[in-house]
Amino acid sequence: MMAMDRRQFLKITGLSALLGLGGKTAFELLAPGEAEASVQQAPAIAGKKWGMALDMNLMNEEIMSKCVQACHTYYNVPDVGNAKEELKWIWKETYEHSFPGQEHEYMADKFKGRNFLLLCNHCTNPPCCRVCPTKATWKREDGIVMMDMHRCIGCRFCMAACPYGARSFNWGDPRLAPKALNPNYPTNLELPTRSKGVVEKCQFCAERLAKGQEPACVEAANKIKPNAMVFGDLEVPDSNIRKLLRSRYSIRRKPELGTGPNVYYIL
Amino acid sequence: MYDRWKIVTGIVIGLLLFTFPVFYNVGRAAKEPERVLTDKAKQAKECIEPKAFMTAEHMKLLDQWRHEVVRDDARYYKSTSGKIHYKSLQNTCMDCHSNKSKFCDQCHNYMAFDPYCWDCHIEPKENG
Repeated sequence: MMAMDRRQFLKITGLSALLGLGGKTAFELLAPGEAEASVQQAPAIAGKKWGMALDMNLMNEEIMSKCVQACHTYYNVPDVGNAKEELKWIWKETYEHSFPGQEHEYMADKFKGRNFLLLCNHCTNPPCCRVCPTKATWKREDGIVMMDMHRCIGCRFCMAACPYGARSFNWGDPRLAPKALNPNYPTNLELPTRSKGVVEKCQFCAERLAKGQEPACVEAANKIKPNAMVFGDLEVPDSNIRKLLRSRYSIRRKPELGTGPNVYYIL
Repeated sequence: MYDRWKIVTGIVIGLLLFTFPVFYNVGRAAKEPERVLTDKAKQAKECIEPKAFMTAEHMKLLDQWRHEVVRDDARYYKSTSGKIHYKSLQNTCMDCHSNKSKFCDQCHNYMAFDPYCWDCHIEPKENG
């Protein structure tokens, strides 16, 4: 066996440390500037915060159904015909289930058991993004909580973290969803479907925003009743949504959790 | 060595079995598939970048595109010749190369490569 005394060991260690530090990689890693610069190149739409307001006085069952349909058609979200494996980006839920703790015995008749339209709240402080181990979901500079399906490993931590149930898991290949329920699937040939084993959710129609269009649900709702849904930038004081929120009383889902939901319901 | 002949025979049979695929395929190399272009692609003369680059680097370009589009919302690509293209496999690439089975699959099969793009992205409908 080779014997190495302490002196020799220290010499070799010192020499390799010197070589390592002198190498290009170590220097680049330690030098500030380069790494940060490459991250900052992302074309952030700075200072923006997308939000949505739903006027529940104008909303009705018909409008809500049209919104769900518009969204799910645009994004190729199939009906799997099974509540347990349901895929939902935007969906209907009763007041009691939407705002738990807010209901009481003597509630106004117009809200008792009435359906509300729910979607991802694109939280200011999204718990789903904190728990994602691969950064497949993250908060964009403009406030959208986005999904990167290429990165999702289907661990479903985000589903456990989301207090709004806004995320759905693909238990099977969406293209194998029952044909009887989805005769024309995929409905939008410009956008992809998902694959088995990824989590999906509302993306505030990032694809439509990039083209300068409003989200599909907002467009569908306003076609039937103008101003039933208002989409806009919450950071701009004179945006339509801010004007509406200033003049009317609104509530949010579970604000006490500190997630900072950005979808407002006007009562 | 006991049972020498049994052992040697066993080894010889084992070696033959092990090398069987080599002998079996000698002189039968699969022919390299030829790239088939659609009329639309032929008319365009050049893809978004020179042919040699596209052949060698299309996978890297696509990987870069999907990253930039999804994560940075940067949806337009400026090619080296200065033209602007919308970064989309489904809508830009497959618009010209609508013959996926001939243009993509043939070569990928030859290389025994199975990209998972089409698990989600919708492939163009092909005639016939």
